[in-house]
Amino acid sequence: MPEQPAEVRRANFAEVNLGLEVQAAQVEAQRCLSCASSNCTKGCPVGVKVREFVELVLAGEYLAAARKIREDNVLPAITGRVCPQEDQCEGVCVIAKRGAPLAIGYLERFVADWERQSGQLGLPPNAPPTGKKVAVVGSGPAGLTCAGDLVQRGHHVTVFEALHELGGVLVYGIPEFRLPKEIVRQEVDNLAKMGVEFVTNVVVGKTVTVDGLLNEEGYSAVFIATGAGLPQFLNVPGEHLNGVYSANEFLTRVNLLKAFADDYDQPVFDCRDKEVAVVGGGNVAMDAVRTALRLGARKARLIYRRTEAEMPARKEEVKHAKEEGVEFLVLANPVAFLGDEKGWLKKARCIRMELGEPDASGRRSPKPMAGSEFEVDAEMAVIAVGTTANPLVQATTPDLKTRRGGYIEANADTMRTSKTGVFAGGDIVTGAATVILAMGAGRKAAASIHEYLRSGQWAPPPPTNPTG
Amino acid sequence: MFRILQAQFLAPDVKRFTIEAPRIAKARLPGQFIIVRVHDRGERVPLTIAAADPAKGTIDIIVQGIGKTTRLLNSMEAGAQIPDVVGPLGKPSEIRQFGTVVVIGGGVGTAIAYPTAVAMKQAGNRVVSILGARTKALLILEQELAQTSDQLFVMTDDGGYGEKGLVTDKLRQLVAEGRSIDLVLAIGPIPMMKAVAEATRPLKIPTVVSLNPIMVDGTGMCGGCRVLVDGKSQFACVDGPEFDAHQVDFAVLTQRNAMYRQVEKEELEEFEAMRKKPGSPDFCRLGMQNPQAGP
Ligand SMILES: Cc1cc2nc3c(=O)[nH]c(=O)nc-3n(C[C@H](O)[C@H](O)[C@H](O)COP(=O)(O)OP(=O)(O)OC[C@H]3O[C@@H](n4cnc5c(N)ncnc54)[C@H](O)[C@@H]3O)c2cc1C
Ligand code: FES
Repeated sequence: MPEQPAEVRRANFAEVNLGLEVQAAQVEAQRCLSCASSNCTKGCPVGVKVREFVELVLAGEYLAAARKIREDNVLPAITGRVCPQEDQCEGVCVIAKRGAPLAIGYLERFVADWERQSGQLGLPPNAPPTGKKVAVVGSGPAGLTCAGDLVQRGHHVTVFEALHELGGVLVYGIPEFRLPKEIVRQEVDNLAKMGVEFVTNVVVGKTVTVDGLLNEEGYSAVFIATGAGLPQFLNVPGEHLNGVYSANEFLTRVNLLKAFADDYDQPVFDCRDKEVAVVGGGNVAMDAVRTALRLGARKARLIYRRTEAEMPARKEEVKHAKEEGVEFLVLANPVAFLGDEKGWLKKARCIRMELGEPDASGRRSPKPMAGSEFEVDAEMAVIAVGTTANPLVQATTPDLKTRRGGYIEANADTMRTSKTGVFAGGDIVTGAATVILAMGAGRKAAASIHEYLRSGQWAPPPPTNPTG
Repeated sequence: MFRILQAQFLAPDVKRFTIEAPRIAKARLPGQFIIVRVHDRGERVPLTIAAADPAKGTIDIIVQGIGKTTRLLNSMEAGAQIPDVVGPLGKPSEIRQFGTVVVIGGGVGTAIAYPTAVAMKQAGNRVVSILGARTKALLILEQELAQTSDQLFVMTDDGGYGEKGLVTDKLRQLVAEGRSIDLVLAIGPIPMMKAVAEATRPLKIPTVVSLNPIMVDGTGMCGGCRVLVDGKSQFACVDGPEFDAHQVDFAVLTQRNAMYRQVEKEELEEFEAMRKKPGSPDFCRLGMQNPQAGP
């Protein structure tokens, strides 16, 4: 994949990966063995028919290839960029045994971009109107996917979003240099063209309740896709110092509110020529640390309590971060933040960690090494150690069952919750996961909602453990 | 888009707006706030809902023009549209019959205290209001509060109106007179709220303050609004904005609110310099949304 050179891109917000040219896509597609096993399709959470779309690429039928992907995945330009392919389709690709796997993600992105640029998006026709109204709460990948599938089946769909922009994490979390906002906007526009109604600035649970939607506003079903938006902090001394951010706040200020641009009003800490520490090892941490670099940080340092091998981030993001000059401080964890007399962050006090025995999840749990404390300079710190369920909907919907952590209980196949007419999916059910899993949940929910609206039968099988 | 139906100045730089927002008007309870964005490159700022009319589908806000966004807002007139208004956010005030409630409003904090004072009166409390302002010109909602209060005192720094002194002077005087006070609600500048908290602490009078930390989303998603209450981190937008005054760490609040002071000062100066020149970009943009038409 051609990309912007590291020394150039670390100072701009333009996309890092430039996309394959036709020639390169053809060369890559020829590497596919068209094997009968179709491991790749089985490895994909939504079962994209990889072999079939790659054959269409080889035949030069790029629009048909895009349509083939869309049968299972309605946001290919997005997943082609952000899916953890190495853990999914590419991770089980047969030719990976003899070198690099087929670059399925790059090919997916190639055909999706081709389709976008051709302007020939073959939007499927909607079924005749059913007269039923469905409310979707949250406009992240789960909500958008569900909305798209439901309008196609002839239902009237209204998406309610708390923020002033649509797209969920795709617009406020994942930065421009990884996922251009133009792409998300285009997907949202397509849905609007298909007839989805979007209402921003509505916080369900505050502006209106789920019961209000069902009983007063005439919606026959509600799909809750509010994500795992609540930031976790480390709960160490000094976290209230000026310059300490949650990843959500830092990324929202920069991505959603464009704090880096002069002609936008939202401010963000000026990290030009400063040292920055980002705590965590996932995609969110990578995004935050690389954003700090682009805002002009002199040194951007990632602090992670395990080793690089355990980092949950996409491999490509780790590679890109290193190339751009991010310093990795692994097997370390902050125990306190230290500031000056005016309350501005100056240093992070860390402790060295060592890996112990594997825990229930199979990951070796890190343990602090007594007496190993040391300090690193940091005038800005970003905490990216995970998020939890957003509670606003649950708090005002008493008959909606939740499980530990406040996540909504929903059946893994039907997405039905404990409350008649209410479905849930995406991060609000599984905990922070991935775009593709959220999309998959949106799909299943749409099928289940359609079935419910058609038959009027609820009878939810008792909620079981969530997918993912 | 949210249309402004009425707009009028109550005091220099303090403007009252009536905005069409039917869902918010219906759902809102005293003590809750909204977040607005006044143009498509604007920042998100929280503002308390001063009043609401669910039948008409309107809410009222009272805005003090202290930064670029609030000054921009205060340059808007009836008929203009605000692109983004979201709410009602935060927990509503705890309203029940306490007995005697002293409501203290400092400056534009009076606008925040006002709806709660009304609800407290309706819940059967004896409401004693103390309003503080630097000068008479800066006093707002005096008549409205007089109507809802059993007693109302006005304190000005210069003594040019009401009595000369601080709101805490009046509070101490009421206590000295042997009035029994069951709850104090104090909303205003941080030093005022801190002073009230210190005055009531030894007397063990339950005291509630409404905090105004920096906010972004207002839904619990960013944690930027975190305040230290009883040594624990709380998100003011979902756990507040009202907290037990005796548990609040006002020093941390003051420190965190200074985070963007320098940038904000520069932005404001730039904006003020620009708006003096006709045809400037920001002002133009709002001007376009600002048809001369009335409500
Ligand atoms: C910085 C970052 C980087 C990431 N990188 C990747 C990656 O590279 N690859 C990958 O696969 N995944 C990645 N993820 C994870 C992925 O983005 C999420 O798993 C996915 O977006 C979840 O989708 P969702 O639809 O469940 O929720 P979200 O995308 O979180 O959307 C939820 C939406 O609901 C809205 N909402 C919340 N409460 C309410 C309410 N009460 N009323 C109305 N609206 C409400 C929110 O504002 C939001 O817009 C990343 C996440 C982050 C934060
Ligand atoms: S304003 Fe973002 S969590 Fe409160």
